[in-house]
Amino acid sequence: MAEKKMVDVFSDVERETAMIANPAGYAVTELGAEDERIVTLAADMSNTVAEFIAKFPERYIEVGIAETNSVSLAAGLASAGLVPYIYSMSPFGMLKTCEQWRTDVDYNHLPVRLVGRLSGVAMGYFGTSHYAVEDIAIARTMNNTVVLSPADAASCVSLMRSTASLEVPVYIRIAEAAPKVYDEAPEYEYGKWPRLRSGGDVTLIGHGMGVGLAAQAAELLFETGSVEADVFDAAYLRPFDEAALLQSAEKTGRVLTVEEHSVVGGLAAIVAETVARAGLSVKLDQVALPNQDLEAGVPADLYEYYGLTPAHVAKKALNLARR
Amino acid sequence: MPDQITPTPGTLERGRPLTDAELLRRADWIRLQTIDLIAQAGLGHYSSTFSAAELVSALYYHALRLRPSEPDWPDRDRFLLGKGHVATGLWPVLADLGYYPKDWLKQFGKVGSPLNDHPNMKVARGIDFSSGSLGHNLSVGAGMAIAARISGRDYRTFVLTGDGELQEGQVWEAAMAASHYKLGNLVAIVDANGFSGAGPTSDAINIEPLAKRFEAFGWTAREIDGHDAATLKKTFDELPDPASEEPVVIIARTHKGHGVEFMEKAPQAWHLGLLNEEQYKDVVAEITARMELANG
Repeated sequence: MAEKKMVDVFSDVERETAMIANPAGYAVTELGAEDERIVTLAADMSNTVAEFIAKFPERYIEVGIAETNSVSLAAGLASAGLVPYIYSMSPFGMLKTCEQWRTDVDYNHLPVRLVGRLSGVAMGYFGTSHYAVEDIAIARTMNNTVVLSPADAASCVSLMRSTASLEVPVYIRIAEAAPKVYDEAPEYEYGKWPRLRSGGDVTLIGHGMGVGLAAQAAELLFETGSVEADVFDAAYLRPFDEAALLQSAEKTGRVLTVEEHSVVGGLAAIVAETVARAGLSVKLDQVALPNQDLEAGVPADLYEYYGLTPAHVAKKALNLARR
Repeated sequence: MPDQITPTPGTLERGRPLTDAELLRRADWIRLQTIDLIAQAGLGHYSSTFSAAELVSALYYHALRLRPSEPDWPDRDRFLLGKGHVATGLWPVLADLGYYPKDWLKQFGKVGSPLNDHPNMKVARGIDFSSGSLGHNLSVGAGMAIAARISGRDYRTFVLTGDGELQEGQVWEAAMAASHYKLGNLVAIVDANGFSGAGPTSDAINIEPLAKRFEAFGWTAREIDGHDAATLKKTFDELPDPASEEPVVIIARTHKGHGVEFMEKAPQAWHLGLLNEEQYKDVVAEITARMELANG
C-alpha cells in the first residue's frame, strides 16, 4: 500500500483545476463579475482568491495576518453597502474571531461572508493548533448567521451562488478532502437538505466530507447487507431541515450522523436535540471526531484513525440498523 | 403625538458656527442629561462620559456633516463610539438633533428600549455602528473609510476610543491597516482621561507615549486639551482633506469626571456608580451655576 503523504491544498490555483481545487475562490470570482458590491478580504490567504484579485484588484483588501481585524473591518465595509467575503484558514476564522463575528457582524445583521478553508483536520501533521473541529458548534449558536458546509466542489459553487444575495451573515465551511458527490451542481433550496438516496432501514446524514462518506457507505450497505438507507446532504446547518430530519427519523427509527467535526455541538447535536424535542424515540450514533485531544498526522491517515471512511460508516450504520 | 420628531432639516455642514461658550454650555447640558438618565437606570458611567462631553459637543454641533432627517444618508460623516459605555452622553444629543423622539429618553435602560448603556445600531437611529466590546471600532471605522475610497465618497469616519481601549491588540491591527491603506479619511480620537475601570490606565499597562506610538504606525498625531472649546474647533476645522493619505489621531488629554469637582478628585469612584440624592443636587447646582454664569 502506498504511503500516505500530505497533499498540497495551499497552492491550488492551476487554471484548469481551479474549480475543483478551489471552488470557493472560483465561485466568488463569478459572483463578483455579477455584483460589484462584492469585495474579498484575506488574512495571508490571497492565493485562494488569486483569480478575483486578477480581475478586480480594486475590490480586494489584504488584511495581513490579522483575522480579528479582518472581521470587524468587513463589518464596516458591509455597513457602507458592500458585500465582503473573508477568506481565512478555518482555525483562525470562526474560532479565533467568534467574538468579532458575533458582536460586529451577527448582532448587526450584516451581509458578511466568512469562507473557512482548511477545516476539520485538513491541516493534518501541521498539528492541532491548525484544526478547526469546534467551528460549527460556535457558528450555529449565532442568532443571524447562515451556516453552510458544502459536500464537494460543485456543491460549494451552488451554495455560494444561491446564498449570494442573502442580506444576512453567512459562514461557509470548506472541507478539503470531500470526495466528489455531485456530477452537476445541485440546486439548493434555502435551509433544505437534498436527499441522495431513499431507504427505510437507517438514516445517514452528513455535511462536508461526511456527505460523500454517507453516500458511499449507503452503497456498501445495499450491496453487502441489503440495508436500505435514507441519505441526506446537510449542507445547511443553520437553518437546518427539521422537517426532513424528523420525517426520516420517524420512518427509520435510526439516525447516524457523519462529520469531520467534534462530536460536540455539530450535526450530531442538531439531530439529537431535534429528535428529543420532537419526542421521537430514535436510536442515534455518530461518526465524528472525539471530544478529546486529537492526534496529528497526514489527513488521509487521520480519517482512517478516526473512522471517517465509507467502510467504518457502513459498519456503524449496520450495527445501528440491527440494534 | 409622542412619536413625532422634528429632525433638524437639511444637511448640517462641517464647521458650522458655534461659539466657544455655546460648545461648553452644550457639554454641560450633556452632563446634566447624563445624570438624569443614569438616575433613571440606576447605574451608569459618569466620569468617562464627562471626560468626553466637550468632544461630543464639538463633533455634533460643529464638526460632523450630518443629515438627521436621513440617518442613512451615504455621504454623512460617520461617528463610532469605540468607548461605547459613554452612549448615555450621546442619547440626548441625537434626540436634540431629531434622530428620534425625546420621549425615547424616558425609556432609557428599560427592556425593549432602543437606548441603553451601550449603543445598538439596529435599534437606535443615528448610531453608525454598535459598540461595547472595546477594540473593535477602529477596525470597523477602517472598513468604512476603505468603503468610502471604493465608492468614491468624501465622508470622514471618526472613531472615539478610550485610552484603556488602546491596550486591546486589535486597535493596533487596525492602526496598521489604516496607514497601509492611506486612510486620510479616518480620524481616531482618543479620550485620554488616564483611567480605566480598575485604575490608572498606564499603571495597568503603559500606553504612553501615545503620539509617538501612533506616529510610528504611520499616523498624523495631534495632541490637544480635550476640554478647550477653541482648540477643539480649530483641530476639527484643520483636519486634512479626506482625500489625503495619512490617518489622523487626535489625542485629547482630558480629565475623567471633568466638570464636577468631586468626581475629578475621585475619578475612579465615579467610573460606574449612582449619585445619591444629595450628590445629585450638588452636581446639578455646580453645573447649573456654571451654565448661568456663561449665559451672563
